[in-house]
Amino acid sequence: MTAATPPHTGPELRKAPSAPPAAPPSRPATGTVRRSLLRALPVSPAVVLLLLFLAGPIAYCVVIAFTDLQLTGQAEESFVGLENFRRAFRDEAFLNAVWLTLVFTVLSSLIGQNTLGLALAALMRRASKPVRTLTGGIVVTAWVLPEVVAGFLLYAFFRREGTLNAVLDWLHLPSQNWLFTLPILAVSFANVWRGTAFSMLVYSAALNEIPKEITEAAEVDGASGWRRMWHITLPMIRRSIGTNLMLNTLQTLSVFGLIWVMTRGGPSGKSQTLPLFMYEQAFQNSLIGYGTAVALLLLLIGSLFSVVYLRLLRTEV
Amino acid sequence: MATSPASRRDRRRTAADAGLLVVAAAFVLPLAWVVLSALDPHASLRVKVPDGVTLEHFDAILTPEITFTPLLNSLILCGGATLLTVVCAALAAYPLSRFRSRLNRPFLLTVLFATSLPITAIMVPVYALFVRVNLIDTMQGTVFFFAASQLPFAIWLMKNFMDGVPKELEEAAWTDGASSFQSLLRIVLPLMGPGVAVVTVFSFVMMWGNFFVPFMLLLTPDQMPASVSINDFFGNRGMVAYGQLAAFSIVYSTPVVLLYVLISRRLGGGFALGGAVKG
Repeated sequence: MTAATPPHTGPELRKAPSAPPAAPPSRPATGTVRRSLLRALPVSPAVVLLLLFLAGPIAYCVVIAFTDLQLTGQAEESFVGLENFRRAFRDEAFLNAVWLTLVFTVLSSLIGQNTLGLALAALMRRASKPVRTLTGGIVVTAWVLPEVVAGFLLYAFFRREGTLNAVLDWLHLPSQNWLFTLPILAVSFANVWRGTAFSMLVYSAALNEIPKEITEAAEVDGASGWRRMWHITLPMIRRSIGTNLMLNTLQTLSVFGLIWVMTRGGPSGKSQTLPLFMYEQAFQNSLIGYGTAVALLLLLIGSLFSVVYLRLLRTEV
Repeated sequence: MATSPASRRDRRRTAADAGLLVVAAAFVLPLAWVVLSALDPHASLRVKVPDGVTLEHFDAILTPEITFTPLLNSLILCGGATLLTVVCAALAAYPLSRFRSRLNRPFLLTVLFATSLPITAIMVPVYALFVRVNLIDTMQGTVFFFAASQLPFAIWLMKNFMDGVPKELEEAAWTDGASSFQSLLRIVLPLMGPGVAVVTVFSFVMMWGNFFVPFMLLLTPDQMPASVSINDFFGNRGMVAYGQLAAFSIVYSTPVVLLYVLISRRLGGGFALGGAVKG
C-alpha cells in the first residue's frame, strides 16, 4: 500500500459533463466569469499544493536529469545534454537494475499478487465463514502493516537461521541462505506477502457483481469449475483484471522500503531494482544528475502505464 | 453411491477451506514470529513457542528516546499532512461534484493520472529541490510533500463520496440564502461522514507506514518518525535485539491496524476500499 491507489471510478468519468453549452459569444457576461471564478476558488488550495510539491519536482526532475549536478564539491552544475542517459545505457549496473525490476514486477505483481489474489477471492466464495474471515483477516493484516515492519518480518523469515529454513528442515528439505543466494526471489515473495490483499479485495468485489443466474446456468449445463472460470468468470471480470494489473504494476515499480530493509539491494546488486539503483547513484555516489536521469526513466515508464490505465478505464467503461 | 448436490457442495466447501487454510498458514508465519518474539525472553529469528513469557522487551523500548519521540513525530507528520489533505480534498471535490464546468473532466483526468505516478521516482529531485529552497530537514516541508503526494487519490475518493449526497438537500439551503461554503460545511460533509472517515483513515495509514519520504527529507535524528527510527535497531546498537525489535514493531503497527479494523467495521466488512477501487 500500498498502496496509494486510485479508485476505479469509470462511470463518473463518463458522466462528467461534456462541455456545457457555451454562453452566447455576443455577451461575454462578466457575471458568469466572476461566478465561475468564485466556484473554482475552493479548488485552489489543492491546485497550489499539487503544483508546488508535485508538478514542481517533476519539472525540476526533467531539468536536472540533463545536468551533471553533484552532491558535493562542485560549485555549479552544467548542462550535459543526453550524457546521463547515454551513460545509463552503457552502465552494466543500470541494465542489471532494469532487468531485476522486470523480474521483480513480473514475479511478484503480474504472477504472484494477481493470481494468488484471484485464487483467494474465488476460494472465499465457496469456503465456510470462519475460514473466510480468518484467512481474509491474516492477508489484510499483512497489507496494512507499515512497509518497514513488513520488511523486517520477511527478513526474519528468509534469514539463514530464520523461519523458512526451520520449516524446510522440518520437512527434510535442503535449506539455504535465501537472502544471499536468491535475494530477488526472496524480495519478490515478500512483495507477494505484502501486496496480495489488494488484488484479493478488488477481485472479491468484482466476483460479487457477477449475477448468480449466469454461473448457475453454466453449472446446470454441466460446465466444470475450471471451464466456468475460464469461459465465464474471467471474461466478465476482465475490466477488473486490467485495472488491478495496472495498479499492482505501478505499485511494484516504486517499491523501495521493503527491499531496502531486507537486502539493501545486495549482495553485490543482486536485488537492486531501479529505485534502489537511483538512490545509490544519487546519494552513495553523490551523482544527483545521474540519479535523476534514472528517476526520469522510471517516471516515464510509470506515466506510460498510467496512460494505458486511463485509456483502459475510458474505453472499457 | 450417487452424489447429491448437497454433498457435492459440502465437498467443495471442504476443499476451499483446506486451500485457504494452507495459504493462511503460510501468511501467518511472519506475523506469528513478531508476536511470539516480542514475548519471548530468548527471542531469535525463528518462530518458536517461547520458553516463558516476559514483558521485558516492551519495558526496554517504552522510553522517550526509542518509542515516544518517534511515535510523536509520526503523529505530528501524518496528522498534519492528513488534516491538510482532507481539508484541501473536501474543498476541491465540492465544485467538481456540484457545478458543471468544461474544466472538470481534464482536471479529474489529470488527478487520476497523478494518482498512479510512482512517487518513489521523484524523491531524488524533491531532495535536490528541498535543499535549494531550504525546506530540507523541516517538518513543514515534509508535511507539505506528504499532503501533495496523497492529494490526487484523496480528491478522487472524496468526489465519489460527495456525488452520493443528493443535491436537492442543498438546494433548500441555497434558497434560504446559505452560501456554497456553508452548505458544504453544514449539509454535505455531515451527510458523507463515513466517506470523510475513509479518506482520513486511508491517508493517515498510508503516511504512517511510508518510509522513503521522511527517510529522504528529514536528517536530524530527533525529528525522525517511527518508520525511519526503526532502522536504529540494526547497526547502531551493535547486536540486534530481536525481542525489542519485535516489540517496537508491534507498538508501531498497532494504531494503523486498529484504524483499519475500525473503518472496515463501520463500512460493513473489510471490503470498503476494495469496493471503492473495484474495476
